[in-house]
Amino acid sequence: MDKLTSREELIALRERSSNSLRLEKTKILVCGGTGCVAGGSLQIRDKIRELLEAKGIEVAVELGHNEIHSDVVGIKTSGCHGFCEMGPLVRIEPQGYLYTKVKIDDCEEIVASLETGDCIERLAYKQNGVVYQKQEDIPFYKAQTRKVLEHCGLINATSIQEYIALGGYEALEKALFEMTPDEIIDEVTESNLRGRGGGGFKAGRKWKSCQVQKDPVKYIVCNGDEGDPGAFMDRSIMEGDPNRLLEGMIIAGVAIGSSEGYIYVRAEYPLAVERLKLAIAQAEELGILGDNILGSGKAFHIHINRGAGAFVCGEGSALTQSIEGKRGMPRVKPPRTVEHGLYEKPTNLNNVETYANVPMIIMNGAAWYKSIGPENSPGTKAFALTGNINNTGLIEVPMGTTLREVIFDVGGGMRGDGKFKAVQIGGPSGGCLTEKDLDIPLDFDSLQKVGAMIGSGGLVVMDDHTCMVEVARFFMNFTQNESCGKCVPCREGTKRMLEILERIVAGNGRDGDIELLEELADTISHTALCGLGKSAPSPVLSTIKNFREEYEAHIYDKKCPAGQCKKLVSYVIEPDLCKGCSKCARNCPVNAITGEIKHPFTIDQNKCIKCGACVSNCPFKAIKEA
Amino acid sequence: MSSDFDYSFIDEILERHGTDHGAIIAILQEIQEKYNYLPREVFPYLSKKMNFGEARIYGVATFYENFSLEPKGKYIIRCCDGTACHVRGSQPILNQLREELGLSESKATTDDFMFTVETVSCLGACGLAPVITVNGTVYPAMTPIAVSELLKTLKEEAANG
Repeated sequence: MDKLTSREELIALRERSSNSLRLEKTKILVCGGTGCVAGGSLQIRDKIRELLEAKGIEVAVELGHNEIHSDVVGIKTSGCHGFCEMGPLVRIEPQGYLYTKVKIDDCEEIVASLETGDCIERLAYKQNGVVYQKQEDIPFYKAQTRKVLEHCGLINATSIQEYIALGGYEALEKALFEMTPDEIIDEVTESNLRGRGGGGFKAGRKWKSCQVQKDPVKYIVCNGDEGDPGAFMDRSIMEGDPNRLLEGMIIAGVAIGSSEGYIYVRAEYPLAVERLKLAIAQAEELGILGDNILGSGKAFHIHINRGAGAFVCGEGSALTQSIEGKRGMPRVKPPRTVEHGLYEKPTNLNNVETYANVPMIIMNGAAWYKSIGPENSPGTKAFALTGNINNTGLIEVPMGTTLREVIFDVGGGMRGDGKFKAVQIGGPSGGCLTEKDLDIPLDFDSLQKVGAMIGSGGLVVMDDHTCMVEVARFFMNFTQNESCGKCVPCREGTKRMLEILERIVAGNGRDGDIELLEELADTISHTALCGLGKSAPSPVLSTIKNFREEYEAHIYDKKCPAGQCKKLVSYVIEPDLCKGCSKCARNCPVNAITGEIKHPFTIDQNKCIKCGACVSNCPFKAIKEA
Repeated sequence: MSSDFDYSFIDEILERHGTDHGAIIAILQEIQEKYNYLPREVFPYLSKKMNFGEARIYGVATFYENFSLEPKGKYIIRCCDGTACHVRGSQPILNQLREELGLSESKATTDDFMFTVETVSCLGACGLAPVITVNGTVYPAMTPIAVSELLKTLKEEAANG
């Protein structure tokens, strides 16, 4: 690719690229997100290509590499569709068919079906007996509004040309050649865009306060250290549409007056690093990144820093420390990051999703953006929907959508025979919402009122088999492990809280433990140094608030109402149901089960370690928790 | 400094990253990719070459969870215990792995340096929960029985060289 030296050259490239894209009539998009790759999607892609070539059909993998005519079949590696549970996913265009759980053996049939254009119903998604041929008709997608994720799953994630063909970098053009830095910031401020990383701070105000700093050297930093367990929105954007993030960051750089950007990606996302590196290399080659962007005289470079496994690095001041090659420990604020950030220079720090929102705000204007969602939290929000729910995956809905719509319309309701109990929102810093909160609109302000937060957007749905005390212990264990140790309230306080929770789930809870937890929580949240510490007690407080009786059952009755705390349950074999097949005895790791073939078996409670292996292996469901 | 340690590999890394202190995490990451851990020999060497306090480098290496000062096994099994995996039953999987390999929370690597079992907070593959990775390859929707079979395959693979 030749370097573009003017706006006109980019427009010409866009025209050429979108023409080639239009000419590719038939397209096969194989999902290349982490989930589908784990299911073997890349082998499926290669097999399809091999089969097509064996039939003498010309294939196009990279846009613009060969002459496109109507007989060419495009094969693309797309980003994450968000429907990971049904992967590997293959989408067929122009019809828009979505094939789920595709196997290598299905490739031949897929290739054969291209001739007739018929849908292979066997591979289509089914729900309640209805077959959904087209992706757009599937309830999971129908109930969503995909803006930030609009390209994820639909374009080749490894080709900057495809991004350009679909209008990519048009916002950058506008920002560079039609707007002044102040106008860009005004547009972002006017749009009311709020940071998607947790706090919901207004992005425009942050940009402004960074822009007005006197220091001529400023930095743009992107927080891709998505450490909340159960959240993967940012991963999907970085993997599926990396150029959108780059475009947002370059626009921020132009507006704030910075020429260096850093993306801090967590270590667990190797594919995201790979895709970003490729996108950066392609953008540099085209002159969209570099010393003289599209001949505008403006410079911007982007560097990638890989994290090394520390949750606390999601906190602004810890993150910049980590980029500098130091231990990632937060410092006392003020001074704020916008004044005193990376290398002690003014720094604008936003997360991936926030930057990814910027191009469409610049392109369509603040008024358009505010027409989506509520006035105070406009736009859409991506959520990672996981847990005991039918459709797990990545979703995007307008801000202000209710939890009920998300769980029951998009998520398809509860999985198996479980009943909805609670949803954990905002990860280890957030809280849980219950049945009574189902109609609360999901936006920054409404959630804050009920003591929860959007956080980065992880939604973990839990059913009545989930013990809330155990959930609280789980999160406390997480924050305890991740506490950097700098300040005493977090280092020691979370340790004490964890000890109390551990003894409660082990059946050794004492009278007064709940009150002690509440007291510790209060102290920690008022005295800890950073956001991680301050919010560490939130899951405990919110589970006590909503499920106090469950804590009491553990402490006073030594019972776990959900039947999850292993120390508080015992397994028994129901003699009427047991056929004496001995499968349980063979699977028991400690030989606690004995009996005579064809007669009911019994469990020796003294030997039993409550691993549950017998329960999952019993073909007759004869082993019950007592 | 140990004379039989091959420092040329580290020189090559330093050539690419430079000796700026900000590069230390990336440098340690590359060293760990080769050895699976950070051999003690690298600390004084890096300190001298980068003009960077040995204690500072050690401080960085011990702060981040990904760095290990202990040698790891040939197969590094990471069991995800993120929220989604946890509620879908990652604990029995971890127990099964540890039990079959004779490992525990405090002992992560087998004596023959064949297997290391560690937990990770979230791999971001929550839709496939519960997941484990073996040397970076993701195995979705695991069960205690499935990991048991996977271990059998890996052991056979190891035995056949």
